[in-house]
Amino acid sequence: MTYNYPDSTGHFGQFGGTYMAETLIPAVEELAAQYLRYQNDPEFKAELAYELKHYVGRPSPIYHAKRLSEHLGGAQIYLKREDLNHTGAHKINSAMGQALLAKRMGKKRVIAETGAGMHGVATATVAARFGMECIVYMGAEDIQRQAPNVFRMKLLGAKVVPVESGSKTLKDACNEAIRDWVTNVESTFYIFGTAAGPHPYPMMVRDFQCVIGNEAKVQMPEMIGRQPDAVIACVGGGSNAIGLFNPYIEVPNVQIIGVEAGGFGIASGKHAAPLTANAKVGVLHGNKVNLMQDENGQIIETHSISAGLDYPGVGPEHCLLKEIGRAQYVAINDDEAIAAFDSLCRFEGIIPALESSHALAHAIKIAPTMAKDKVLLVNLSGRGDKDMNTVAKLKGITL
Amino acid sequence: MSRIDTTFAKLKQQQRKALIPFITAGDPSQQMTVPLMHGLVEAGADVLELGVPFSDPMADGPVIQRASERALKNGMSLRGVLGMVAEFRKQDATTPVVLMGYGNPIEAMSWETFAQRCADVGVDGVLTVDFPPEESHDAFEHLQRHNIAPIFLLAPTTKEARIQQVAKLARGYVYYVSLKGVTGSGSIDLSAIEDKMPQLRKHIKLPIGVGFGIRDAATAKAVAKLCDGVVVGSRIVQEIENSTEQNVVANVSKLVRELRQAIDQ
Repeated sequence: MTYNYPDSTGHFGQFGGTYMAETLIPAVEELAAQYLRYQNDPEFKAELAYELKHYVGRPSPIYHAKRLSEHLGGAQIYLKREDLNHTGAHKINSAMGQALLAKRMGKKRVIAETGAGMHGVATATVAARFGMECIVYMGAEDIQRQAPNVFRMKLLGAKVVPVESGSKTLKDACNEAIRDWVTNVESTFYIFGTAAGPHPYPMMVRDFQCVIGNEAKVQMPEMIGRQPDAVIACVGGGSNAIGLFNPYIEVPNVQIIGVEAGGFGIASGKHAAPLTANAKVGVLHGNKVNLMQDENGQIIETHSISAGLDYPGVGPEHCLLKEIGRAQYVAINDDEAIAAFDSLCRFEGIIPALESSHALAHAIKIAPTMAKDKVLLVNLSGRGDKDMNTVAKLKGITL
Repeated sequence: MSRIDTTFAKLKQQQRKALIPFITAGDPSQQMTVPLMHGLVEAGADVLELGVPFSDPMADGPVIQRASERALKNGMSLRGVLGMVAEFRKQDATTPVVLMGYGNPIEAMSWETFAQRCADVGVDGVLTVDFPPEESHDAFEHLQRHNIAPIFLLAPTTKEARIQQVAKLARGYVYYVSLKGVTGSGSIDLSAIEDKMPQLRKHIKLPIGVGFGIRDAATAKAVAKLCDGVVVGSRIVQEIENSTEQNVVANVSKLVRELRQAIDQ
């Protein structure tokens, strides 16, 4: 099996592409050209490797969640600890790569959209690190539920702009960031948070995130003498997931499982799981993907307890992996994610992000059905400090 | 000859420039759209751009965003917009109508069905903001089969090679976005438009309309001197927002008449 996507025009089969307004087409073409120029440049690679090691703290360890696995009585759960990165999530891997590219392209102003705030924090962090002006667009509803991250971004010198339009969540923040970019296209680098959007973003963000899977492929044999039986990650836009999955695509006998946000359940219609719900293919934010929409092609409002997964689309490579059957996609509901969150806190002393709790919840669900010598590698994409308010509120506690 | 070609040929003969107003279908209400379209024509519009509302209008500023929200709240859909054009055509067989919006509602209907319906109801051109030529193969095939003009945007950032590419594919007219930004933002830079025009004319033999940032009669007049048509969107939509159902047609007509007079001076 040879897997070589995207093609030169940014298509993953029928998915992906460059569906952008004319004003931005030259900008994304320029970005694609500059990325191709630098991606194999020894100096660029060396600088990125240095920053990832000394600033981000890579490689991130893999941890055997023994007590949790014993409690479940089935497959062994291992965690790829992206929560231990500087800023507390995988987002910094790609924000760092993009900031180094922005620096080479002479851009002094960076913008970003953010849902849970982790990508906003990562962008604000690299902007501070390299002395760039930073504007982060964030839905007004997300600003409420992720208040600690808003304060972090401000401490780091970023301007956080609340977005009041539409559903006031990630997709609307994305719309507003695109509006900024179209207005300030010459001075500004858009540090995109996930492996979606117009070409080259799905490819570029994936490449930067592949450090996760590439490390795991070395670490797992060191720990257990072989690769895991399955790799599991949560999927909103899907950048942490594609970073883990992509290096495993051509590794035989490793099952790939993406976990979407089931919200109140697929049947309720209040979820953010376009792949699991077999959403129709459509076009939003620069790419063609499975997209939650009504029969008139209007994007519908999504629901998830986790702001980072609360998005109606999904990256194009996940759409392709589902279509060709290389990965399977499932959904975990809000309450299952919360239960997994609690379990990891109590059994392992690790507070996971609500996003990552979805991936963990699926592992918790299937582990008891598997033999004890089977191994599940879960991407623990972020830490849960930012979710204290949300979780406290759910438990009826005022902080 | 298509309605768009006929209109521009006639204007050229008269040494006049086209006035191309934009309104969002279903704003302020579904029943006001067709009367507004007739009002625009009576006040001097040559081509009508009818906005198809979309939930996520990424290239639009706050004014047209709000119009889209109002229209969607009023139950507007692509199907409904096509019905309005059919209604409009009962009384007006000559004024070109161009649908403007984002690609996803059309994708959801399928380009095949959409192009067929456009031909049936009398739509003359289609402009999808987020479908550049590279991603429009399917769209062209179906639009061309029914002789519907694909209208393309060109921007200050567009390089010469792309202008050439668009020149080959475009029909009807080409819409030059006069500033970097969303609709209704910033102020127009006349000298920048003047500088860009020779490069556009070198490759584009179709009429060139200019829009984005044209907010008053004086600007419309100045822009008209540089190109073949003036597109006015946010300013008109703003007028709709500031009006009541009772006076909206009168208010919008008054504005369009002022623009017409300025352009014809």
